[in-house]
Amino acid sequence: MKFAKTLIAAAITLGLSTGAIAQDKTKVGFVYVGPVGDGGWTYEHDQARLAVEDHFGDQVETVYVESVAEGPDAERVMRQMAMQGADLIFATSFGFMDPTLNAAKKFPKVKFEHATGYKRADNVSTYSARFYEGRAVQGTIAGRMTESNVIGYIGSVPIPEVIRGINAAYIHAKKVNPDVTFKIVWVYDWFDPAKEAEAAKVLIEQGADVIIQHTDSTAPLAAAAEAGNVIGFGQASDMAEYSDGPRVSSIIDNWAPYYIARVQAVIDGSWSSADTWDGIAPGMVGIGEITDRVPAEIKAEALALKASIASGEYHPFTGPLNKQDGSVWLAEGETADDGTLLGMNFYVEGIEGNVPN
Amino acid sequence: MDLSSIQPGLLIASLMVAATPILIAALGEMVVERAGVLNLGVEGMMITGAVCGFVVAVQTGSPLFGFAAAAGGGAALALIFGLLTQMALANQVASGLALTLFGLGLSALLGQSYLGVRPPSTARLDIPVLGDIPGLGAVLFAHDWMVYFGLFLTLAVWAFLRHTRAGLILRAVGENAEAAHALGYKVVRVRLLAILFGGACAGLGGAYLSLVRVPQWTEGMTSGAGWIALALVVFASWRAGRVLMGAYLFGGMTVLQLNLQAAGVAIPVEYLSMSPYLVTILVLVIMSARRNQAPGDLGRTFHSAR
Amino acid sequence: MVRLERRAKPSALWAVLAPLVAVLITMCAGGILFAVLGKDPFEAIATIFWEPLFGEFAEFYRPQLLVKGGPLVLIAIGLSLGFRAGVWNIGAEGQYIVGALCGAGVALAAYPAEHALLFPAMILAGLAGGWAWAMIPALLKWRFGASEILVSLMLVYVAERLLKAMSLGVMKNPDGMGFPGSRNLQDYPSAHNAEIFADTGLHWGVVAALIAVIASYVLLSRHVLGFHIRLSGQAPRAARFAGVSPGRLMLFCMGVSGALAGAAGLFEVAGPAGQIGISFNAGYGFTAIIVAFLGRLHPVGIALAGALMALTYIGGEIAQGDLGLPAAAIQLFQGMLLFFLLAVDVLTHFRLQFARKGTM
Repeated sequence: MKFAKTLIAAAITLGLSTGAIAQDKTKVGFVYVGPVGDGGWTYEHDQARLAVEDHFGDQVETVYVESVAEGPDAERVMRQMAMQGADLIFATSFGFMDPTLNAAKKFPKVKFEHATGYKRADNVSTYSARFYEGRAVQGTIAGRMTESNVIGYIGSVPIPEVIRGINAAYIHAKKVNPDVTFKIVWVYDWFDPAKEAEAAKVLIEQGADVIIQHTDSTAPLAAAAEAGNVIGFGQASDMAEYSDGPRVSSIIDNWAPYYIARVQAVIDGSWSSADTWDGIAPGMVGIGEITDRVPAEIKAEALALKASIASGEYHPFTGPLNKQDGSVWLAEGETADDGTLLGMNFYVEGIEGNVPN
Repeated sequence: MDLSSIQPGLLIASLMVAATPILIAALGEMVVERAGVLNLGVEGMMITGAVCGFVVAVQTGSPLFGFAAAAGGGAALALIFGLLTQMALANQVASGLALTLFGLGLSALLGQSYLGVRPPSTARLDIPVLGDIPGLGAVLFAHDWMVYFGLFLTLAVWAFLRHTRAGLILRAVGENAEAAHALGYKVVRVRLLAILFGGACAGLGGAYLSLVRVPQWTEGMTSGAGWIALALVVFASWRAGRVLMGAYLFGGMTVLQLNLQAAGVAIPVEYLSMSPYLVTILVLVIMSARRNQAPGDLGRTFHSAR
Repeated sequence: MVRLERRAKPSALWAVLAPLVAVLITMCAGGILFAVLGKDPFEAIATIFWEPLFGEFAEFYRPQLLVKGGPLVLIAIGLSLGFRAGVWNIGAEGQYIVGALCGAGVALAAYPAEHALLFPAMILAGLAGGWAWAMIPALLKWRFGASEILVSLMLVYVAERLLKAMSLGVMKNPDGMGFPGSRNLQDYPSAHNAEIFADTGLHWGVVAALIAVIASYVLLSRHVLGFHIRLSGQAPRAARFAGVSPGRLMLFCMGVSGALAGAAGLFEVAGPAGQIGISFNAGYGFTAIIVAFLGRLHPVGIALAGALMALTYIGGEIAQGDLGLPAAAIQLFQGMLLFFLLAVDVLTHFRLQFARKGTM
């Protein structure tokens, strides 16, 4: 027995001898809910991980585990990373919220960053992106560009994030085009290419000539390309492969600046628990290039809106705004507070249909 | 609510497209099951076909080569299943499930460097005279050629099983392998060929998703289509014509469900999205209330004792 | 030419040897795969099989094997009864979800009342939920002859949508800022399926799995019902002559497998997972089918197979984190392991005969 133990110890020492050099490196772990090849949500987080590696070079070592189920698997993976010496762990799905807090309790010295959640601790930060700012820009382009005055919206799962997007897009489309109506279809999934394609087709058949999607595959753009006179937007990643066709702009999840800043903070020892909700200004929400299919004056209008949101001069949810039932939500000039936005579960006035619940 | 915005013609055109991948995969699986073999690995073969087709189509620029490669890839994966169940006499249910796991992993590895790539587009088959018929023409005769291939395959499988000697042998093997063996038919060989055919069809169905329906490669993109194809076979009580009917019904329910949503019908969406599965169960119950038409030896391992 | 000849009796030697041989072949083939992907094959294999059991952090991983393997074994035991009798319940995933929904529903309805009987009530609700969901295909089969394979499979999709609807609707945490997902039962002492001894991974679901293994062993080897189950699978006609009612046996098998899957869902939601969420189900119901067959439908075999699957899951995660292996490679590796296990198993029931071509 003793001999075996010595052998194992020797093997571990050997195995760790390479790891020992890495001791002064900062180790950063990433936990992904999907495969890095999903071309959307997880893909963009992994791009940001690569950007971190690029930026810091030998100073930093990154590890990741993909396709981690929400629940006990996530907690185990995070604890495993912490045991292996990770200094900072990014948990990149809302469903990792409670597992992250559990793991953080067990490893008070390791810093955790949880995406899109609201529970924090001394060593747990939360971060999220104000994608609705991008939706406002999309809504403006959509409202100007539509000829049928019907805009199709493919919703994924009815959570506040998606509802916010629909409202932001609708408010700004309506502002530039009072005749506009929204047709909303829920596919009840973040990612189901075949169903997204069908949803886009259905919307186009029912008269939509602009498709806005909150799902991650290019299927709706392909359907728009097939229909010919329909435009759409990239989602999560730029989807530039369709920029000679229906894709006129996009919302890009760009986590890289935030990840680099947080890793830097750990290196400097200046990391502290925080709640970050960034938008266009710091670059967390990117607006993909607006193509020539959009007339110059509309493009200028969209870019001006983008600039005024970035400068903080304009808030996409500025009153007067009513809720769907006609009750007043925001008075003239009033802007929405983050608390309401975070838990948004109602449509604004003018949108037809109910929020599924 | 505005039901008038739903156009029946367009609905039919969309459901034909939506049904094609599951139709082709289900036809293949039906032949396999008629030979007495239950291969639950359709999902794995479909996704392997999807990635093989995509990679080859992008590399060669030809969707045709892509589809050929998809059929090859699906058949290659099916061969593993065939060797396991026919040569090593492994349990078919477990082998099929393992095949799905294997196929999902393999496809993800193969497709790693093909993210965000746009494949060459598959030509529409504009049938000259028929396509110009007002109304009906656009609905029925202006699809890509794989849609018609699916219809042709339905007819071919039906004719093969019904009217050819080879089809008769295949059915005999599926009904009673011992008896077929006693009559001198090569049970294992027939079953292997059927399994390969099933794999090729599943591969084609998968490639239809990655090359035409979506068209894009992403991991796990079949998201359950293979299981639906399996369900269709039983639903169709192992008849080619009914597979077509079932595929159109399922495709139709999916498309109609989305149409109703877009038209603003106030039905809770989450329950509406269950409807294709519930309708399938309902029709299945009605169909099977009559008589169980499963091949006699379905799922049973055959070994010639001699 | 090689020919297979059926052994008079399954070989006891190969029954033990086959899994070991299969694991060895998988290590070789997997090593090649990992080498092709540019990783050190020895390190990769050692990480998957050695690290979780005897590695530096084995203290942490060994309990995790119980957490991961418990539900797999619990579900697989139930399924194995049906599979032996020729009853094909493929929809354990759906029964797992509904069991969890019912069990959690009881807890959420009672919240925040503390009561010693709450957890037992939740277990009953979990069992009942899984049982009821399995009764749908069972009754449709019994009454109309509808294929239970298909109906139970379809009901998985229905259950998944029900799960989404529940976590977005009725069961949504009222203090959850509008996000989907229920309250966390880990913060609700009466409802929490906590570890019985801290940091051992031993929660009531694991205990239930152990009880199920023993009960199923006794049932199959000592009880007349177990005899009927085995007889129906091997010789349905003989079973009928022996007075077995196929319909009632089918209802029994479906019911038991559904109830156990439901219980597994309840133990998971009240314990390791903690809450109902959109993607609460992690494929245990499907993996359990594989576990049941890997264990050759034998209770002890299933327990071992469950442990092996749990090992490859946890070892696979370590290999991802430590060596940067993609998840897909791990999936492929698991697929290979299953293939080889199934293939080598042939030697238990058959012996290879090397014959000259002329004698064929």
